[in-house]
Amino acid sequence: MNSDPHSPRLVLPVGVRDHTQGSAKATVSLVEYGDYECPYCGAAYPIVKEVQKRMGVKLRFVFRNFPLGNMHPHASLAAEAAEAAGAQDKFWEMHDMLYENQDALAKNDLLGYARRIQVDSPRFVAALTGHEFAERVREDFLSGVKSGVNGTPTFYINGIRHNASYELEVLMQALEAAAAPGRH
Amino acid sequence: MPAGTPAPPFELKCTPDQTVSLSDFRGRPVVLAFYPADWSPVCSDQMSLYNELLPEFEKHNAVLFGISVDGIWCHGAFARDRKLHFPLLADFEPKGRVSHLYGAYLDKDGESGRALFVIDKKGVIRWSYISPTGVNPGAEGVLAALESLEADGGRK
Repeated sequence: MNSDPHSPRLVLPVGVRDHTQGSAKATVSLVEYGDYECPYCGAAYPIVKEVQKRMGVKLRFVFRNFPLGNMHPHASLAAEAAEAAGAQDKFWEMHDMLYENQDALAKNDLLGYARRIQVDSPRFVAALTGHEFAERVREDFLSGVKSGVNGTPTFYINGIRHNASYELEVLMQALEAAAAPGRH
Repeated sequence: MPAGTPAPPFELKCTPDQTVSLSDFRGRPVVLAFYPADWSPVCSDQMSLYNELLPEFEKHNAVLFGISVDGIWCHGAFARDRKLHFPLLADFEPKGRVSHLYGAYLDKDGESGRALFVIDKKGVIRWSYISPTGVNPGAEGVLAALESLEADGGRK
């Protein structure tokens, strides 16, 4: 899978504001812009888990929010819930919970997930009710738009938009190619 | 349609009893998004994306119109289904006339192409982009064009 030299680039580099899995020294970074209520993102969720398993320490995974709130009425609040859990160092627990329960993302459901992962403090409830993380979610969204995200999920491999499919084998091939020596 | 060309004037229906005329929006930047068809998957993504960006367009005081050869009733149903909060204009009769004027009509398909135009407040085309029909062009070009209009405006 040759990467297209004209493919759009990430305008906001991976940094301290991001939620990441894997080492900062990994040879390959995979950034996903996703929407918790988007069925395609739901389909990509186990694929990402699998590539993380296969790539091991070579891969660093980053998730950024890209909720299409008009089409998916629960997506924005779900994204805020993940950020609010993230403020208590449980972003990935909530992220996984949301993708594993995509058909139940109303506010009460979100509070239930918060209980299950033990972040249901008054602070979490207040963050959700007061939309404390709405601006942060919007920052992610706009950074995506400016980087050429045009639908979800959109992936970037080492900062370059992955235009091919995100089927397991296709994505693996692109990641392996990016990890190969002499490609940096 | 190169930058610097005056935008061809038009008047199109947006609802059964309302029309939109480009000249009504003189004084504000206008974004025109020609697209092939209501309901087709790529267009829906594209229009949904623009829908989410309306607050950004508003920051630039810009108005956005989607344009395809679909009729107003089809547009109405599509906009309701996708909860679109911007007008879709029907380039329906004579079919594709405005798309032709903008060089954005695909004769072989009988549809508008996927073409974007940013028109400044004086009615001059300042940026345009024609995307392959199957590719969602996203919004980064439009936003960058609106930002540069503002920067130019500040200098003058």
